[in-house]
Parts: sequence; structure tokens; C-alpha cells
Amino acid sequence: MEQIRNSRRPDIELRTGGTGRPGRKHVLVCTGTGCTSSASNVLLEELNREISAAGLGKKISVFKTGCFGFCKLGPIVMVHPGDYFYCLVEKKDIRELVREHLKNDRVVERLLYRDNVDSAPVRRRSEIHFFQAQNRVALRNCGLINPEDIHESIAADGYFALADVLLNRKPGAVIDLVLHSGLRGRGGGGFPVGKKWAAAAEAPGDEKYVVCNADEGDPGAFMDRSILEGDPHSVLEAMTIAGWCIGARQGYIYVRAEYPIAVERLEIAVKEARKLGLLGDNILGTGFRFDIDLRLGAGAFVCGEETALLRSAVGLRGEPRPRPPYPARCGLYEKPTLLNNVETFANIPVIIRYGPRWFAAMGTESSKGTKVFSLAGKINNTGLIEVPMGTTLRTVVFDIGGGVPHGREFKAVQTGGPSGGCLPAEHLDTPIDYESLKEKGSMMGSGGLIVMDETDCMVDIAKFYLEFSQDESCGQCTPCRVGTKRMLEILERITEGKGKMEDLDTLEELGAEIKDASLCGLGVAAPNPVLSTLRYFRDEYVAHIRDKKCPAGVCRALLDYAVDEEKCVSCGLCAKACPVGAVRGAEKGRPYFIDRQLCLKCGACIARCPKEAIFTG
Amino acid sequence: MREHEELDAKYAALDRIIHRHDCDRDQLIRVLQEAQEVFGYLPEEVQTYIAGKMNLPVSEVNGVVTFYALFATEPQGRFSINVCTGTACYVQGAQHLLEDFKRDLNLTGNSNTTADGLFTVKSTRCIGACGLAPVLTVNDEVHGKLTRKDVPKILRAYKRARDAEYAAAKKTEVNEADQVSRGIGTNQEQPPA
Repeated sequence: MEQIRNSRRPDIELRTGGTGRPGRKHVLVCTGTGCTSSASNVLLEELNREISAAGLGKKISVFKTGCFGFCKLGPIVMVHPGDYFYCLVEKKDIRELVREHLKNDRVVERLLYRDNVDSAPVRRRSEIHFFQAQNRVALRNCGLINPEDIHESIAADGYFALADVLLNRKPGAVIDLVLHSGLRGRGGGGFPVGKKWAAAAEAPGDEKYVVCNADEGDPGAFMDRSILEGDPHSVLEAMTIAGWCIGARQGYIYVRAEYPIAVERLEIAVKEARKLGLLGDNILGTGFRFDIDLRLGAGAFVCGEETALLRSAVGLRGEPRPRPPYPARCGLYEKPTLLNNVETFANIPVIIRYGPRWFAAMGTESSKGTKVFSLAGKINNTGLIEVPMGTTLRTVVFDIGGGVPHGREFKAVQTGGPSGGCLPAEHLDTPIDYESLKEKGSMMGSGGLIVMDETDCMVDIAKFYLEFSQDESCGQCTPCRVGTKRMLEILERITEGKGKMEDLDTLEELGAEIKDASLCGLGVAAPNPVLSTLRYFRDEYVAHIRDKKCPAGVCRALLDYAVDEEKCVSCGLCAKACPVGAVRGAEKGRPYFIDRQLCLKCGACIARCPKEAIFTG
Repeated sequence: MREHEELDAKYAALDRIIHRHDCDRDQLIRVLQEAQEVFGYLPEEVQTYIAGKMNLPVSEVNGVVTFYALFATEPQGRFSINVCTGTACYVQGAQHLLEDFKRDLNLTGNSNTTADGLFTVKSTRCIGACGLAPVLTVNDEVHGKLTRKDVPKILRAYKRARDAEYAAAKKTEVNEADQVSRGIGTNQEQPPA
């Protein structure tokens, strides 16, 4: 391993600002899901072709890499040395990039990042504010190494924590170390990781398992996916360490089938680790036996719940069961099982390498370390970020995230997905830690962070989340199955303008009962989006019920469609698009109008109008 | 006759899948996923066949098939349009896209597939490409940063692709080979997990 590290070390140093091997250049192309969707694989082919055509093949190497985090600007191409950050690169830009930068060392300014359209281009990634404000621990290797080459992972210190643990430490001491770091579960619950490890280690039995929860089901969350795609070996390393600590010989990664790239990279990683003896019968010659297999999910949100996941992992319906017994005592195949989430595992190797004190120095009193968030929704810099715990929501949304686009007004930030809540502007200074968010009626969740602006209706958002939970309810327990359905019906009535003021009390009452009586976390948390919007945006509910108005202009039944006569050019496309003939033109050259009696409010006319002359209000 | 051969080839592929997973009950979900790639969906006959081969009650196989959203029990269109309705896409108007597709393709009520079998339109859970919201996938291709004006464009593009496919098939008269290879899917050579 030392050998591999030494031989490939210059490659990594070249990318982290060192000199590396003089005269060589590395081109890194992001191949995370975001950039792949924007055809980054085409760029890879084109780069290789142009480079060999220019006869630079010996000096310049092109690598795939994981997510840089700035998904909005994908596809992203980086050139080292120099930390040059090119964004929104297209196929037609490649020839120029190769000729100018790679051959003649002239930076292609027009492809560099700019803070805004008028500002001067920023050359280096380290100078971009989005990255400066972050502290990448779990994401340390994403965008640095080629996730499909285990040698690069080792060159970036991968598997050295495992070697250290197996050769120099005792299981109990490692568990203590994890405990002292203060690391808490990153999947949402926030249970102290060291305690979980200790419980699994103490549980009686010879046969134990380590399971990684990679069933990232929260809509709008993609942290775990990016770690699996960008640095799968950190998860394998941590699982092996965990296996050694608790006395397990087999690990499973339960991963969503919706993440094909992550599955592929994991399969490659497992194969490579086996080849180097970092997984298998005799790991690093110590006699320790541990192996990892994948289990694929098939599209059920509830499988993120640990007991449901353990059932789904053995091919059953993913139905949760009451706890206790907890999986640490009775999990996979009824054997003691340690279950942690992807991001949690990704933190383990660095905690062991740098020590618990280093880790605990980051974050707040009760929440240590850093947290990865995926920023999405109405925010300028969509992407993946990692900040120390305790950073305020305001810093994340406005400083790193660049605020709300199109000059619109910020309305709410949603954390915790369908289990979390929406927090309004007045709580933007809340520090992000497990307790503060809970206190405000939201939760940390797995790290999805979605920003909403003035054009989002909070009743509609609550309905959206409840529809999600209702649809994903496994149906075993009545409070969740029937309760969420009843709440959803009430919300539907309100958005159609048929709500009554007493409905709000019923929602709160029902919500509290569902929280109390549901079997698993899905049901317990399902009412949260409704309860939190009722708490902070009650006026919007009241406007829907009392005034029959949707202030954000979203709820269709409460809107009227009309034609802006100034903008209308009488092209007639809207009339053709209308399925019921509600849009009509009086005579040639005169603006069209909409018959409100006939109008279905389907929006087909708006979609077709070339002049954006049809509006709602 | 040709249909028979095609079907036989599919069942042979299914046998190989089950065999590769050693009839392991734990791998039922994986087997079903790969079977769906072969058949395009999981009709009752296929579920029964798998149950028989893996020595499981049909009810258990059916229970698993109906529990998970990724399994389809109805034939799917040549092009499967999956509109992501994760939160990020939802707040960027994914719902409108979904409605526009359904309206443009005359899909009403519970039907998701067009009568000519060309398109299936469904909503899907978050695919994690939130930076490109709203996104949709057509078979394996991802389209991002969409507006409602893109809906007719996407439909036209895939109709053209279908026409080109037919024309090419007619020209070279290798229609048969093409159909079989498309039907059997591409994943059968993948290593077991």
C-alpha cells in the first residue's frame, strides 16, 4: 500500500496545489449524475480525441472524477496544476481548451467561473467563494480522485485508517474513539454513532453484519449519491473498520436502483478492493475476513427506515417492524447488525486518521463535525456543499447558495424532506444542528435543503409532501395509512377553495395523533410539513379558506386566467391549444379573450403563448 | 412463429438470471429487476415462472412486485417518459410538464401508455439531479432545465427517432434481429453483485 501511495502520490499532489510531476497536466471531468446528465461523457471522449490529435497524449492525462458540488454550472472540467475551474463546458469548446490551455498554456477566460455576468472571471477553484466558505470532510475526495481507480484512493490516504486499525489498535479503543468524536448519525436521526457501534459489539452472537444505508429517498437530497459516485472507497473502508470493531464478517450496501452510476462505481470499487486484498479472507495479511455485497432497492421510500431496509435487503416487502429489539441486537437474518448511513461512514476514516479531537473541534456543543447539504429549489447555486455544524441557514442560503434567483423574495427553507419542516425568513439565523432545527419544528434530516420563494404556495407544498408520504406509506398501521389520507383530503379541499376554518384545528389534532401512534419514522414524521407550515404560514391557509385566494398564485382552482391585451399578437396558438374552446378571438387583429365559465384552468394556453401574454391572478 | 421464438429466448434469458443468482431468495428483488429488463414488464406469467423456479409462493413474489414502485405489471411504451417529481423539480414546475405530456398524448384516467404503445408517461421519485430541475428521463436519457415549451419538442424528437428506426429496419431488412436484441435487454452480461 505504501508503494502504491508513493507511486501515485504526485498525481494527487498535482491536483491539490503541489508540484506533482513537472511538465504534466491533469484534466478532471466531473462524472457525477448532474454533469453526466449534461453529457460530460461526450466531453471525455472529445478531450481524449483532441489531446491525442494534438500529440499531447504523453503529457496530459484525462480523468473521470466525482461531483465538485457546483452542479448548476455543469459540466465542469478542471485543469491542474493551477486549479483552473471551467464551467458549462460544451463539446464545441473542447478544441479551443486543448489548443489554448493544454498546449499553449493560455487560459480560456470565457469558460471560467464568474460571480455574475459583469464581473471578472475567477481563475482558480480556491478563489471561488462557493468553495471558500466550505469545509469538505466527508466530501474530501469528491472531485479530487478518480472513483474508479483504487490506486488514486490509496494515494489520497484511503485504506490507511483501516491498516492502522487492524495492525495497531483494539476494537474497543476504536469504538471509544468514534464515541469521543461526537459523531452522530447523518441519515436524519442523529443517534450517537459510537453508542450504536458499542451496542452492536456487545450484542451476543458470532454472526453479525454491517449494513450501509444508501437508500437516499428524500426528494431533493443527493449527498449520499455524490459520495458513492465520487469516493466509494471511503465507505468500503469504514464498513470494514466497523466490521472489525463489532466482529462482523459480512457487510451489505443497500442502494437505490434509481442511482445507476453509484451502483456501477460501487461494483467496481468492491471488485478492486477484493483484488488488492482490502476485502476478502485475509485483509492486509492480518487474517481478518470481511466482504461486502450490494443489495438494490426498487423504489420504496419507507426502505430508508432501518427495519424496513433490513427486510428489503433480503428480498421481502419493505415493511417496518416495531422497535425494540433494535437492529444492533436483532437485525439482518435476526442477527446483531450495525446500520449506518453513507455520510456517517464517510466520516469514519478521517476521524481515525486525525483523531476525535480534531473532529470534535468542528461544530457545536451537541453536534460535532460537518454536514453535507444538497442545495436545490429557488436558489442560485444549486449543488452540494459541506459546512461545519452550527453554520446558520442564512449563511448557507444567501452566502454560499447565492440567494434567490430572479430578484424574487425568499419565503422558506425546507430541511428534512417529507419528514422535516419549512422555516420562514425570521428563523434564517438558526444554527444548523440537530437540536436547533428540531426545536423550530423542522429536522436535520439527511441534508436536503430546498429553498422556496414568493411564488411557492406553502399550502401546496404541504400538500405535496403529504401526498408523498401518503403514497409511500407501507399501509401496515392505521394512523399512517388512514390518517395521512384524511389530512391530504382536507388539504385538497383547502387548495380548491372549499376549506373551513375548523379544518385547521382538525389538521393539527390529526397530525399530533399520527405522530403519537404511528409504527415507524415515516408515519411519525409525515405530519411535520403540514404542522410546520401551519405554524409559520397560517395566514396563507386562512387566505385560501376565508378569501378563496392563493397569495402565491399556485392553487389552480383559486386562479382566473386572462389575456394581457397589450401583449397579445392574436396568433391564435392559445385557442388551438385549449381543449374546451374557452379561448376565443373576436375578430382578426383583436386580442383574444378567455371565457371563465368554460376555462378548465389547465394552463395549456400559457404553455403555448409565444408572447407570455396569458397570466393568472 | 417468430413471436414464439422471441418469447422462448426471453425465458431462456430469465433462466440464466435466476441461475446466476443461485435461486437465492434474498436476491428476489434483483431477479425481478433483471426480469423486467428482459420482458419490459412483469406479467403474471413471469411472476409465476419466477416463483416456481425459486421455490417461493406466487403470492410472495406478487407481494414484492406490487410493493415496489419500480416494478410494472402492464406493458410499457417504447419510450418511457419519467418526469421527476422530487421537491426541487416540483417547485420548478414538474407538475405542469407531467400534465402537458398527458394532455398532449391524450392520456386520461389511469392509463399511462398511449394506445400505439409508443409512449408511457409517469412521475418518478427524485433522481437526484436537482441541479438541473425540472428533469425527466426518456428511457435512459436525461433531459434537464425544461420549460413547458419543451414538451412538444421532446415528443416530436422521439417520434422522429421512432420513424427513423422503422425506416432503417425496413431498409436493411434486419428487422427480426433488431427486435430480438432490443427485447432481451442489455444488462444480462453484467456481473452479479
